[in-house]
Amino acid sequence: MDAFLVHRGIVAPLRRTNVDTDQIIPAVYLKRVTRSGFEDGLFATWRANEPDFVLNRPEYATSSVLVADNDFGTGSSREHAVWALRDYGFRVVVAPRFGDIFRNNALKSGLLVIERPIVDVEKLWEHAEVHPDQAVEIDLPRNEIRYGDAVMHFEVDPYARWRLLEGLDDIALSERHEDLIAEFERARPERLPSLS
Amino acid sequence: MRHQRDVGYSTLKGWGQMAGTLAEKVWESHIVRRADNEPDLLYIDLHLVHEVTSPQAFDGLRVAGRGVRRPDLTLATEDHNVPTLDIDQPIADLVSRTQIETLRSNCAEFGIRLYAMGDAEQGIVHVIGPQLGVTQPGMTIVCGDSHTSTHGAFGALAFGIGTSEVEHVLATQTLPVSRPKTMAVNISGELAMGVSAKDLVLALITQIGTGGGQGFVVEYRGAAIEALSMESRMTVCNMSIEAGARAGMIAPDETTFEFLKGRPQAPQGGAWEEAVAYWRGLRSEDDATFDAEVYLDASTVSPFVTWGTNPGQGSPLSGSVPSPDDFSDPGDRISAQKALAYMGLEPGTPLREVAVDTVFLGSCTNGRIEDLRVAAELLRGRKVASSVRMLVVPGSMRVKVAAEAEGLDQIFLDAGAEWRSAGCSMCLGMNPDQLAPGERCASTSNRNFEGRQGKGGRTHLVSPAVATATAVSGHLASPADLEG
Repeated sequence: MDAFLVHRGIVAPLRRTNVDTDQIIPAVYLKRVTRSGFEDGLFATWRANEPDFVLNRPEYATSSVLVADNDFGTGSSREHAVWALRDYGFRVVVAPRFGDIFRNNALKSGLLVIERPIVDVEKLWEHAEVHPDQAVEIDLPRNEIRYGDAVMHFEVDPYARWRLLEGLDDIALSERHEDLIAEFERARPERLPSLS
Repeated sequence: MRHQRDVGYSTLKGWGQMAGTLAEKVWESHIVRRADNEPDLLYIDLHLVHEVTSPQAFDGLRVAGRGVRRPDLTLATEDHNVPTLDIDQPIADLVSRTQIETLRSNCAEFGIRLYAMGDAEQGIVHVIGPQLGVTQPGMTIVCGDSHTSTHGAFGALAFGIGTSEVEHVLATQTLPVSRPKTMAVNISGELAMGVSAKDLVLALITQIGTGGGQGFVVEYRGAAIEALSMESRMTVCNMSIEAGARAGMIAPDETTFEFLKGRPQAPQGGAWEEAVAYWRGLRSEDDATFDAEVYLDASTVSPFVTWGTNPGQGSPLSGSVPSPDDFSDPGDRISAQKALAYMGLEPGTPLREVAVDTVFLGSCTNGRIEDLRVAAELLRGRKVASSVRMLVVPGSMRVKVAAEAEGLDQIFLDAGAEWRSAGCSMCLGMNPDQLAPGERCASTSNRNFEGRQGKGGRTHLVSPAVATATAVSGHLASPADLEG
């Protein structure tokens, strides 16, 4: 996974609540067996049907920071939602609250998710709408979002932050505890179901 | 990174004294490693796999030269993509077929048991686990599917994961997970006649919202929950994710043991007694404290239906389509406005006047034998309205066989409904079972998201009884409406 340090990019203001993962990428796009090329499915219905949709507007064509309303990424566990955002070019999503599974998935693929209360989200929307051409800076080492002359502080779960900063492979981290896993397995009751 | 404190399983065996809630008990008994400022490393007792969220995980294993640590704790089935008609024919959709074939070759390569299309055990992953008895109290269960919460009905800690986590579990049989908060949903009283677990959980989600359970493992408890059958408990736990919860759980009791006894993977003989003795301890202590508590009186719940595009946008069927102005929160107001536009509904319209084109009975929420029995009983001697197409899709091939043995298939066919084979089907329309743009559906599934059942399709979430009454009436209706 790529490490995340400081990212500079244009904000796409997505003024919608409950953006579920079926909206981020509809199920028909989930049939691929590869891990890339999901950008065509990103917000496919809204991009196709709403000429005014934020990603259809030229000023946000190169945006890489998505700022949305409450409950972003709820619903289905599909990690394809994160891959679609990443493949399209997004590196950061800011919203007041995220679906749990989406947030976990995001961290695995180097997509930084930042929870900010709606007042801060409003400020970023306003910045993006008034100055669509002015990039913002997301600084993970300093926990700062810098836009215009303003600085906004944010917090990310310390363990998730550490993994993002280091770009670490989760599986390798768990494999370090092979001895504990084996010890646990020896203690498991035999009556537990087994499919061998 | 600092590892101040490494704790193995053996030192945690005294969890009975320290842990209060059901969720905490199951959690504590599965900790492989705990360290300050890190998620706990949990052991996973059962990993369920299907074709949609696994191919990239198996690829990841191959790239890294890793194997599957415990194929014996891994079970795969084909459900999301499978057609529900002509299942003896090759899948017509080439991309779907490739995904199914990829699962088959991955399972063969890594030695994982697979219930493929045509197998007597094939079905929706959350229907077959309980049916086989492989879902048991006190286990940790994961699957690359958010409705894994279904298995919590047995007192298991079961939750959905993404594909990277699927790969993690395949490789290590463990998962690093941050400790969730606990929420008690206390449901007192008794459900009225004709009101089901689905109505109950839809009413709950409307009460607490789609984010109300966010960050929590929910324990459903109280007299109304204890009175439910296992099938109904699964319906409740299944929908936990629609309130944003990581998982939903119900403490195991005699109903649970009765359901499990004699199932193929359930413990037998002495092991059964040992298991039941252990399972009886899997309940929240009287003095346990939850991070949040919610209360609901089941006797106040009536047949429920969603009018919007998320599962929290619901109303009693006796109500009317709300106006966006009814919502004080600006986000909710805009959301309602957009939902009504998408759904093609006018504020103030009585919900009973909303005509539907399609009725879908099935899914991991309501595709079990009990659901089919409720529907068949209502359909006996009645006809599906000529304006309505009704699809009946059993949750598994075993459910299908059981229904046919009871003659339910004939009741559905005589009424003019379609009788299909097992799969996720129109719940998410990855197979050919989809709504056409603008088509309106009363569906026993779990999500009314825009386009969920097909591009432009409009979904009203309902119980099997409401779905069936709606099929007969041609508009949203409850079983009581058929009596008049």
